Amino acid sequence: MHISEGILSPEILLAGAAGTAIGVTMGLRSLKNGDIPKVALLTSAFFVASLIHVPIGPSSSHLVLNGLMGIILGWEAFPAIFVGLALQAILFQFGGLTTLGINTFNMAAPAIVAHYLARPFLKQGGLGPVGLLACAVAGGGSIMLSALLVSLSLALSGEGLEAVGRLIFIVHIPVAIIEALIATFTISFLLRIRPDMIIPGWTD
Amino acid sequence: MACKTLPAAMSLIQRADARIKLLSTAGFSIVVACTKNLEAAVLALGISLCMVILAGPPARQLLSRTATVNLFILAIWCITPFTTPGHAMINIWVFNPSREGIMQALFITLRCNAILFVNLALLSTSNPFSLAYALLALRVHPKLVHLFFFSWRYLHVLNKEYERAQALLKTRGFDPKTDLHTYKTYAYLVGILLIKGYDRANRVYDAMLCRGFDGTFRSSRRLHLEGRDMILGTIMFILIAVLAGMEWIMDPC
Repeated sequence: MHISEGILSPEILLAGAAGTAIGVTMGLRSLKNGDIPKVALLTSAFFVASLIHVPIGPSSSHLVLNGLMGIILGWEAFPAIFVGLALQAILFQFGGLTTLGINTFNMAAPAIVAHYLARPFLKQGGLGPVGLLACAVAGGGSIMLSALLVSLSLALSGEGLEAVGRLIFIVHIPVAIIEALIATFTISFLLRIRPDMIIPGWTD
Repeated sequence: MACKTLPAAMSLIQRADARIKLLSTAGFSIVVACTKNLEAAVLALGISLCMVILAGPPARQLLSRTATVNLFILAIWCITPFTTPGHAMINIWVFNPSREGIMQALFITLRCNAILFVNLALLSTSNPFSLAYALLALRVHPKLVHLFFFSWRYLHVLNKEYERAQALLKTRGFDPKTDLHTYKTYAYLVGILLIKGYDRANRVYDAMLCRGFDGTFRSSRRLHLEGRDMILGTIMFILIAVLAGMEWIMDPC
């Protein structure tokens, strides 16, 4: 869900870069030196996982997983998504240097929202019904929020791009449903198999 | 997976200093992304095309990446001319694309491809090591550079795990459909990838501690600018200045 180079207006690009600078700074501040390999390898794991294509009816879509990243990484999701998008720009030429700011912001800001939404429910002993619901809302909602931010970025960049933005928003509704399921299943899987990964200070 | 940088052939651009390449890419991208001048946009596309030819990436990779990016551009051509208010250029039945809309789509196409070619020529021809050192030399926060470097370094390792898991699913007769079982399976696959990454990170970090890691990376390699780097940097600086100048002289605002 990223916007290519040369489409958005300079004002939007600048606003996105400013938002991302704040988010990345917050993320780096909470990131301890010893945790860098951990966050980095989770970033590469998310990068690889986002290459998975899931079938949706006759079509298919790749996973975005920004909600899940937010739930697991918290504010560190900002630098993680920034690095993931930078790698995509270098390796696949999806996006580039000038859109790195706005694209990171559009994906990472909803991830932070997902974090605060679902985190309080991840406790020892697995997810309750409320926890399952919170994870689903966080996983699906972050996709819809990202789609909304992408549509807004397009609409604010040119009158003619508003329709493109609206189309992008509609296309992401089924993706959000799938992401809600994936986020919920993944979190409950990790809580059962490896709770130490998501609950700090976990003891057996 | 196609996530490899372009092979290190020995063209002049590919051997150039990563700092010069990074700064040139950034300067060029920013000026082109901001341009509202048609001549400047066409010139930028011409320059970037020359650079990508000089850098010499394999033709197949070049074509496939250009095609992917231009699919989205095609969608914009199908919508924007008809939704931008303005003077109709021609009237064909109910389709009357506006001049303003066509100009916007044209600008997007020129700018997008110009930046794509410069990225292909300058950024994708650098390896992770030299880019990481260049970023550190340009005073990017070390934590961010280390994050970038480790993610890139272990991308292939985790991709191998993903391929292995895919093969496993196949041998067990997994047939992806639009149903809960499929999504559950993929969610567990995501979970497994995260666990593999997490465990690997702990092993890597322990190994680094054993070797006396104190949070800083040391390199025996010194970055130093050679004559040809200075030439490339100067040429890029002049070109970027010309593009910015065209914008300013022709459309003073």
